[in-house]
Amino acid sequence: MIQFILRRLAVAIPTLLVLIVVSFMLMKMAPGNPFAGEKNVPQAVLDNIFARYGLDKPEWQQLLEYVYNVVFRFDFGPSFQYRDRTVNDIIAQGFPVTFTYGAWAFVLAALIGVSLGIVAAVRQNSWADYFAVGVTIGAQVVPNFVMAPLLVLVFTLWLRWLPGGGWNGGHWSNVILPVIALSTSYMANIARITRSSMLEVLSSNYIRTARAKGLPSRQVIFEHALRPALLPVVSYLGPVFVGMVTGSVVIDLYFSTGGIGQAFVNSALNRDYSTILGITVLLGALTIAANLIVDILYAWIDPKIQL
Amino acid sequence: MLADTRIDGVAKAEAITPTKGRSLWRDAGYRFVRNRAALVSLFVLLGVVVFTIVGPFFARWSIEKIDWSVVGNVLSKGYPSVETGHFFGTDEVGRDLYSRVIQGTQVSLMVGIIGAGIAVIVGTIYGAVAGYFGGRIDSLMMRFVDILYSIPYMFILILLLIIFGRSFVMLFVGVGLISWLGMARVVRGQTLTLKNREFVEAAIATGAKPLTVIFRHIVPNLLGIVVVYATLLVPEMILLESFISFLGLGVQEPNTSLGALISEGSRTMQYGTIWQLIFPLVFFVTILFTFFFVGDGLRDALDPKDR
Repeated sequence: MIQFILRRLAVAIPTLLVLIVVSFMLMKMAPGNPFAGEKNVPQAVLDNIFARYGLDKPEWQQLLEYVYNVVFRFDFGPSFQYRDRTVNDIIAQGFPVTFTYGAWAFVLAALIGVSLGIVAAVRQNSWADYFAVGVTIGAQVVPNFVMAPLLVLVFTLWLRWLPGGGWNGGHWSNVILPVIALSTSYMANIARITRSSMLEVLSSNYIRTARAKGLPSRQVIFEHALRPALLPVVSYLGPVFVGMVTGSVVIDLYFSTGGIGQAFVNSALNRDYSTILGITVLLGALTIAANLIVDILYAWIDPKIQL
Repeated sequence: MLADTRIDGVAKAEAITPTKGRSLWRDAGYRFVRNRAALVSLFVLLGVVVFTIVGPFFARWSIEKIDWSVVGNVLSKGYPSVETGHFFGTDEVGRDLYSRVIQGTQVSLMVGIIGAGIAVIVGTIYGAVAGYFGGRIDSLMMRFVDILYSIPYMFILILLLIIFGRSFVMLFVGVGLISWLGMARVVRGQTLTLKNREFVEAAIATGAKPLTVIFRHIVPNLLGIVVVYATLLVPEMILLESFISFLGLGVQEPNTSLGALISEGSRTMQYGTIWQLIFPLVFFVTILFTFFFVGDGLRDALDPKDR
């Protein structure tokens, strides 16, 4: 087990370093410098600013210092746009919001998706099955940035039940629409994957044996069939996580929830390079970590993988 | 006498219709045509493509011309109508939505096709080479793909668009950078099973060089899976582009794309100008739907064991 984790880490850590280096170099390739305003700033002042942000050193040294600060001190440096805030401040402000609705969406997508898939597979060709399949097909073509306006149209403009935006300190009424918009398409995909793998497992010989020796249906499904049927779902959780991280940008933008995605788009439009870089690196690290956890989880569940 | 003529007749009939071999592609064609959803989708998709080609000839307004008689009261005057020449109505600043939707659809289709094209060319060659040579080359090449895969490409793509400016070229480059990764993995897996077959062995025994084996013997046998995967890749690429356009980071005004139009429409729907959301949305959903069904039909047709 430990060896397996170490092998995976041997891929994950270089990946993270590549990500930091590539993003850093892209930032350096950007034309102009972040302090080139309309006013003519005297060279001496510019030199001072550059020195303060460490931009007067050779680029390889800047890169090394950046990597060192990020990895060992979790310090993403100062923001280029807001003089009194660091990138860490901006992240600390947005992250809890994103985490709140992201975690809800993740849990909801997994729970409802798996349940729907199981029901559809166990009662194949019933109305529940057709419902699940229908929802799955529909949700494939309704990504979160289409779902969000549609939800607001129905629940805010027509029914007037829920607010169409804002965060309000995480009040439940503000959380519902973002969570639904973010989770729907993944919920549908999880349901589809669960259904097809459950169907495959249910038609296998050992399930027939279990039924033949007279086990109750519930025990067959939950104790014998569920674990192998969930394997493809577990391997899909990595992409779900990535999708939710990128989806948070849409959610933040559309619902004005003030999460990390909003900070990303704002800094992108303001050319606040250090903030873009910081958020990219942080979310990249989270993605890589999530994939690592999914890998380990998969190996743990699947008896066929030798650790 | 009687027997003779009958034999004659049979012989004649045989001479007229020599037994045709049923190739894999012909079989697949039959299976595809029998799949009604896929066939209908294919025709709808062709209809959309024809519309984007023929449609502009009927347009009475260009994508950027502002109809000043509508400006200010888009709700009461800018609705879809044949008399004013705005078949799909106008957008918030009085530009003709008909022309803009056509351009958006063209951009979406182009992005999808270019992304899939790059995936087919680069991904197939990369995957086939990695799979065929195996060993250290294989693990090195696929490790590289793994690393690229686990980077949150959406953020890198946004970074690219900010730094090098938003343009069609940059968008296509970004899409192309990403699209081939999955294809390379699929093709490599298939190559691994193909390279131990007798016909490859025979080719090697006759002295064919490795590259000849790959391009003459392995790649043609991969075409089925490549076609299926490419078709399913197109909607993914369209989703990707729309996502970026929705954030306002896609192509620049006055050019537009379906994602940008949906974004505009969803911002203005609260004023009652619902057609600004509906028309782009219908085209968007139609394209995605039909591509999914065509891809599904192709998969069923080319991979009968999967049914």
